[in-house]
Formats: sequence, C-alpha cells, structure tokens
Amino acid sequence: MGQKIERDHQRFRKIVRGKIKSNLSKYISRGELIGKKGKDFVSIPLPQIEIPQFRYGQKNSGGVGAGEGQVGQPLTNPQGDGQPQAGDTPGGHILEVDLTLEELADILGEELSLPRIEPRGKKNIVTAKDRYTSIRPVGPESLRHFKRTYKRALKRQIASGTYNPEDPIVIPIRQDKQYRSWKETQLPESVAVIVYIMDVSGSMTDEQKEIVRIEAFWIDSWIRKHYNGIETVYIIHDALAQEVDEHTFYHTRESGGTKISSAYELANKIIDTRYSPTEYNIYVFHFSDGDNWGDDTPKCLDLLNKVLLPKLNLFGYGQVESPYGSGEFYDYLVELAEKNNNMVLSRIPDRDSILKSIKEFLSTGR
Amino acid sequence: MIHYYETNLPPHLRTLKDEIEGYAREYGLDFFETIFEVVDADDLNEIAAYGGFPTRYPHWSFGMQYEELNKSYSYGLSKIYEMVINNDPCYAYLMRSNHVVDQKLVMAHVYGHCDFFKNNAYFAHTNRKMMDEIANHAARIRSYVERFGEDEVESFLDRCLSLEDLIDIHSVAIKRREENKRFDFNQATTETSAEPVQRVKTKSYMDEFINSSRSQRPDPEEAKKQAKEQTPQSFPDRPEKDILLFLLEYAPLKAWQADILSIVRDEAYYFMPQGQTKILNEGWASYWHSTIMTQKVLHPSEVLDYADHHSGTMAMSGGRLNPYKLGIELLRDIEFRWNTGRFGPEYEACDDLEKKRKWNLNLGLGRQKIFEVRLIHNDITFIDTFLTPEFCMQHKLFSFAYVDNPGQYVIESREFQKIKQRLLFSLTNFGKPWIYVINGNHRNRGELLLRHMHNGVDLKLAPAMDTLANIQYLWGRPVHLETVLDGKPYLLSFDGTEHTSKPIGETDESKNKSTSKTR
Repeated sequence: MGQKIERDHQRFRKIVRGKIKSNLSKYISRGELIGKKGKDFVSIPLPQIEIPQFRYGQKNSGGVGAGEGQVGQPLTNPQGDGQPQAGDTPGGHILEVDLTLEELADILGEELSLPRIEPRGKKNIVTAKDRYTSIRPVGPESLRHFKRTYKRALKRQIASGTYNPEDPIVIPIRQDKQYRSWKETQLPESVAVIVYIMDVSGSMTDEQKEIVRIEAFWIDSWIRKHYNGIETVYIIHDALAQEVDEHTFYHTRESGGTKISSAYELANKIIDTRYSPTEYNIYVFHFSDGDNWGDDTPKCLDLLNKVLLPKLNLFGYGQVESPYGSGEFYDYLVELAEKNNNMVLSRIPDRDSILKSIKEFLSTGR
Repeated sequence: MIHYYETNLPPHLRTLKDEIEGYAREYGLDFFETIFEVVDADDLNEIAAYGGFPTRYPHWSFGMQYEELNKSYSYGLSKIYEMVINNDPCYAYLMRSNHVVDQKLVMAHVYGHCDFFKNNAYFAHTNRKMMDEIANHAARIRSYVERFGEDEVESFLDRCLSLEDLIDIHSVAIKRREENKRFDFNQATTETSAEPVQRVKTKSYMDEFINSSRSQRPDPEEAKKQAKEQTPQSFPDRPEKDILLFLLEYAPLKAWQADILSIVRDEAYYFMPQGQTKILNEGWASYWHSTIMTQKVLHPSEVLDYADHHSGTMAMSGGRLNPYKLGIELLRDIEFRWNTGRFGPEYEACDDLEKKRKWNLNLGLGRQKIFEVRLIHNDITFIDTFLTPEFCMQHKLFSFAYVDNPGQYVIESREFQKIKQRLLFSLTNFGKPWIYVINGNHRNRGELLLRHMHNGVDLKLAPAMDTLANIQYLWGRPVHLETVLDGKPYLLSFDGTEHTSKPIGETDESKNKSTSKTR
C-alpha cells in the first residue's frame, strides 16, 4: 500500500500554511496563538478547516451525557464549540500545527516584508565549540563507539574464521576499538538583549497588557531569529521602576502615578552593569499609555537623548490607547525620534493595529 | 518509494479467524465472507482517514483527518483498533502491532459488525460492491482533475462537501416521487394520461395491449400547448429534502460537475446508515465480542488484558456519552428484560415495587429479542422503544443545555422525559437542521427558496451563510433561506455577491406605507 494519503496531507498542509499567512492578523489579534512548547517550538492551535455546513447554533441546544453532577452544574468539559453530539465525535476540533519559532518568524517576516536585522559590529567575537563528528582508534573509554567497535570485531572474527553463528559471541580486542572524536569549530557570536518596559500605572487595563504581551511575543520571535543568544529584561514602572520576571511583567496591576524617567534610569543602570553596549545588541521597547507626570517629561527626553539612545540598536516606544491616559508623551517624543534613526514610535489603538505596529518597529532593520 | 508488504493473515491469526468465525456462526450470526488484512499503523490511519476505503478520491480533507489520526496515535492519545467496511465481502483491517488478545477481540467485534451490515434493515439499500464503486468514483474524479485542473475540481468538491448532508434520509425507504431523468427525451409520453378520450374500451387484461402508450401519444403541438397552459403552481410539488437531488436535476451544472455532485451524493447515502445506527451497531458488535471472548476464546492468561481493553472502550469519561457503552448496556438490558418477562402491559401495570424487582417469568426470549432488534431498529427507534427510566438512573444519564448567561453547557435535568427528548433530538437527522427546497422558481425569477424547519434551535449563522453561498454557486441564481433567528422569521439571501438577511413580513411595501404615513 503506497502512502496515497501523503498527497492529500501535503495539500492540506499547504492550505493550512496558506491560511496562516492570509489570516495571520486574525490569529494574532485573537491571541489564539502562543502556547510556547519547550524552547524551540511553538504550537499554534489551529481550528481545523471546517467546511461550512448547516448546523445548529449553541442557543437552546443541548444533549445527553453521563456521570455525576448536580442539576445546574456546568459541564467541566465543554464539548468543543460545536453542537454536542450523542457522543461519538472526538472533542473540540482543535488541531495543533507545530512550527518552529524560526519558521514562525519567517512567516511573520514574509508577511510584513521585514528586512533582515544586521547585527552591528560583533562579528569579531568568536567562540570555539567542540563538535563530535569523527572517529579515531584511540581515546578514553567513555567515548568508545560501541556499535562500531562491535561491528569491527565481528568483521575481524568472520574474516579470521573464529565466528561461530551457532554460538555468536563477539569479543572486541584492542585493535577493534573505535572512539568518538571532536573537531573544534569557530562560531561568530552575536548576542542581544531586549529590555521591555511597561507602564503599569492604574490607567493600563488588562486589554492593554494583552496587546503588549502579543506584541512582545512577536518582536521576541523576530529578533531571536537573528541572534544566537538572546536575553530579556522586564521592567515595570509606575512612579517607581523595578525589574521583574516575565510572569510578573504581564500580570501585575499597580496603581498610582507615572514617572517614566524612573524606568529609563533603571534600564540604563541594568545595561551599564550587565550588558555592555560593545558586546551586546541592545533593544529597548517601552509600552505606555502616554500619561506621564508633568515635570518628569523633560528629564525623560534628556535621559533618552544623552544617555540611552547612543547605546542602543533600537528604541521602540509603543503607545497603547487607554480611556484614562492623556497620551501626550508620544507628542513629546516625536521631535527626538526625527533626529535619531534608532528610535521608533508607534501607536497601538487596538488589537488590529498590532501588526502595523510590529512592522513599524522592525522595518528599520536594526 | 512504494513498497508492498504482506497484508494477508499470518498463520496464527488465520487459525484464530477460523476459530472465531466458527463461534460466531454457532451463535447465529449471519455475515458476508470477511477478509482480514493486517496493516501497519500508518496505513490503518490512512485507511481510516479515507473512511475505510483506500481507493477513495483525492481531497485535502482526508489529509486533514489523517493528520489528526496520526498525531493522536503518535502522541499516544488514541488508537484505532478496528476498521470494518460494509461490503460483500466484508473487509476488516487489523493493526499489525496489536497484541494477540486485541486481535481476538477485534475479530469477534468485526463479526458483530458484519452481521449487522448484512441484516439490519437500514443497510439494505447500500451498495455491497462499494469498494469497487468508490474506486470508480476516484478514477472519475482523477480524470476530471487531469482535464480541468486540480484547483478547479478541488474547489468544486469543497462546495459539494459543504452540501453533502443535504439529503433525505428516508428517501431510501419511501418513494416520494418519480426521479426526473435529466435527459428525458420521451417526456411527451408521460402527458398522455391527460387525454382519456382516446381510450378504447376493452377488457382489463387486454387494456395494456390495445391502449398502449404508443397509440395514445397525442399530437406534439397540442401537448406543448397544454404544458403551457398548466403552469405549475409550485415547483417542486412538495418540499424537497434531498437538495442534492434537486440540484442534480435542475441546476445548470456542467457534465463533470453534475457527476462529482452525484458522486458526493452517492457516498453520502452509502455512509448514512452507519451514522443512523451508530449506537446500535457498536452496541451489537461490542455485545458479541464480549460474549464470544468471555464464553469461548479468551485464554485465562489474557483475562486482565482483555478486561483492561474492554473497559477502556466502554468507558464514559468527562460526562460524555459513549455510544459503545450505551449500545451494549441497552442490548443487555433488553436481553435481561425479555429473559425475565419484564415487558408488556402486565409488568407495566404492576404497582408493587417488591414484586417488580423479583419479576421473573423465565421466558428466555432475550437472545431472540435482540436479534429482532438488530434486524429492524435504528438508533432513534432503538432509544425510543427501549430506553427506560431505570436505565437512565442506573447509568447516571443527564441532559445538558446551553445557558446564555455564563455561556456554557450546564447539566439541565436528570428526568427521564428530558433525557430521552434530548437524546432523540441529537439523533434525529443526525442532529442537523432540516432544510428543504420550497421553490425552484421563486418570485418567478428562477431563484431558489429554501426553508429551515425550525424546531427550537437556531442555525449557526456564519456557516449557514457560507453554505448558502455554495448552493448559490451551484444554482447560479440568487438563493434564499427562510429561517428563524431569536424567535423572529428571517430570510437569508445570497445573490452571488452580497449576503443579506432581513426579517420576513417587513416587505418593502409595508415600509413604504409606514414612511408615507409619517410624512
């Protein structure tokens, strides 16, 4: 039986990939994406391509189940999103398509026609890496290649006529032994650090944090594609700034005033102590609703202009729209951004503009 | 590279097959010759993705199925034990990697299915040479792909598959009307009955010869005139549920398109009974694998493995109703009731609970009864006839319903009537909406009017619109669907470019009137 299915399967994959491409914005804005699996894989829960048919809606629908539970108790296992059947259908039709982060970034890059990032001046940093790629007749026992050793022993025994198929005992001698051997390879190293700063003052709602989260994920995937080692730093701030871990970054809700300069100061301090600009490609992305303490703004501009910007590959400022914020910080930055080509500003009023914003940030190719 | 491998039964399985087949016949099962093939997991997944037919036509949706099966198999989430094809001879596939106990279980199970296919009334109309038929379908579709291009044929198939469930499940049993032949050149002859004048009086046994239709044929001019005069009041005469047939007969399809649509329709009718009898069929097969295994073939050393797998198949988890479990338990319940005589007016009328509990007339009619059940019932009649309140209680059945407020399904009731009603609803028309063709010449403009027979649950709007668009593509003229949304009648329309939906009853005229009034 040949794998006739292979063709249909390929066809399906092609359609799915096409779907990912053409509806990328839909998936991003629904935030359906993103279940990071391990380090290298991301799995995209993709609704199966459902051929439309006349179906019942959920309203007034129902079915029959079996098991414990009081009347009125919600079903713990909501049966997919469709009409629950008498039971033979497998659960909710979610298909996961595994793409490597690399592939995902490729799709993103293609979709947004992003330029490749040119790492700046770190090509002279070279690290040596050992790779076990060859075989040699001497070496430590811990590196002995078991299979090859026995194969050689078997060969020798057969050739010399000492092998007895009735009593197949193979004993390697010194000359049979084979060991793994390594080669040193030179890898040019380029490393990067991404600093995410988020305003968590009372005026940032959950919806806005979600936007930040989605955007940060995509920026991360794209930059990660271009560097071998990447580190991330998360800073949240209201009137005070602090460095936090990823989880806290997306889940904290502080309240109170906003002093953006505090965050810039902290970012600067972290960069100076841990990520020397001569060794790292540094990216800073700042997300805020643009509401700042009145007296603080000049200080921010000063910090950015004189201290931070010279050290960075890119400074991105994304302003989400909040019902509470005044949004005037953006206006203050405009002038500065015109003078510095490693500074990009973007407004993100809603989820649909995330893609546009990513494009604005990353189309500098820095 | 394609490489062939032995799919014949290895000797130890052949001995098993003979043994189990013997037991099955002893028990009175009656089946077509059954051919077992042993295949690897990949191939079994492939076959299952094609609905059991390795020779099915190419389409990406099978690739999608395959990916799902393959993934869940390789992640260890699910595994297909058996695959049986309703065909003469019956084909059944065994997974090569299965343990011998599993192979025994599957074989016994398969004979149950084969018996069911052969004897159940709802399978009577199916083509028993479907294996060949499906290969023919595939060859035809492939030739169209070669002639008209993959994209063209595939997108047409997509549209057909979107409509594949718009068939009349009862039409195989009732002849509702004469089928219209697409190219009926002798149409004029059918009109003759309108002219009784020319009939010559004869004795009844001579009538056929003397008043033969040939001598009766009227002047063609006159027939045309007559046809013009009697403009059909409505077309079709009565609501047509077999929308695919209607489209085949009247839609302006190209020959290859009509052929593809007829292929999709044929296969839909072939697969229909399996959906109609899911609970009963699986219950029947499970009943027999359980009976044959525990009474005959099971080796003492295999008991634990068997029990493990049997209970795995029968398990109800996550509040889900398992058709295998429901089927086998209902059949056992029926066997028990007819063995003990717990049926009929006398038992029903008995008020004494204690007496009822000990009721036993030693009739021993159980086995006979379930054979009768497998002969004449489908899931709906099976549940309707044999589901009892005691059974619902014993198996902790409940009905659930969608509640708007939290937006999820909630346990609705444990009352027998409610459970039965929900269960029957979910089985009726496969739990899909009833859609009819009402008028093929709507507004006298050749537009197509469909109606959704609303029975409490609204249509899911988005897919309904898309499906409508697919029907429109086939029909060529605007298509309308009458339905009910939120308690109000609505008309969904698609004219080829634009979707509209408007409440019925608010016609343009009445709008005009109301506006003129305000002026």
